[in-house]
Amino acid sequence: MASLNREKETELVKELLEGSITAFDRFVELYRTRIFRYSLLMCGHHDDAEDVAQDSLLKIFENLGQLRDPERVHGWVFRIVRNACLMKRRKSVFAPTQELSLDELMPSHDHRGGGRKIEIADWSAVPDSYVLQTELKRELETAIRDLPEIYRSVIVLRDIEQLSTGETARILDISEDAVKTRLHRARLAVRQRLDKYLRTHTN
Amino acid sequence: MAQQTGWPLETCKEIFAELSAYLDEELPPDACRQLEAHLSDCPPCLEFMNSLRKTVELCRRYNSIGSLPRPLSQAAKEQLKAAYLKVVTSCKEFPKKVT
Repeated sequence: MASLNREKETELVKELLEGSITAFDRFVELYRTRIFRYSLLMCGHHDDAEDVAQDSLLKIFENLGQLRDPERVHGWVFRIVRNACLMKRRKSVFAPTQELSLDELMPSHDHRGGGRKIEIADWSAVPDSYVLQTELKRELETAIRDLPEIYRSVIVLRDIEQLSTGETARILDISEDAVKTRLHRARLAVRQRLDKYLRTHTN
Repeated sequence: MAQQTGWPLETCKEIFAELSAYLDEELPPDACRQLEAHLSDCPPCLEFMNSLRKTVELCRRYNSIGSLPRPLSQAAKEQLKAAYLKVVTSCKEFPKKVT
């Protein structure tokens, strides 16, 4: 089960809350992979991400009685997962945060020969080319993992998990404006990294 | 690819700051129209916006192409099931009837 739409997921959680073992199996199958991927991007280590997935699922089931609204399962789950990641990688995530400056994320400009030019890689095959997609996956993972934590957590929740701005703000305990500002900078930094990669790997 | 523009750098910088809000359809209608008018006349900004849009698309596809964990061991699954059954059978609030 790769993914479910929100409505089906809410149904699944309702069944889980009603004590269904079938729902338990499906929930574990669905959420273990999602939690693992989130944790891999946040923690950076395969083994740590598997530990976080197991610890988080255990916590989720132990505290299932606290989930009041099945429609809010994402926010509830990812708050637990985020805390598990913080515990696992306490040292690195509390390292001083480097701010990403907008000016540094703009492409370089060339004013020679009249007018103003910018250099951008050829993105025409992205993301439809399967081969490129496979190669880019690793680059994308590295680009996200290398972001300072305050940006990484936002882009993973907003663009990978596709949670709303409000859900992301509640999970991270920050304002919606902060989510938007950090998301823009995170996207720009990832774009810049992929652009560099594409310039050296495509003609 | 080198794209050229005659627009002042400051104008492109203002556009640059709003591209995520534009992609997320969070810009007010006036700002949106202004940004689209600029994009239609500024090839570098259009090219840049397309590369940012593709970055976001790639992130959104990550969940279907991303790495997978190793299969869950029987012992780990039993541990989870025990926690679930314990809360379902011992907690007064279960089974929850959710409407």
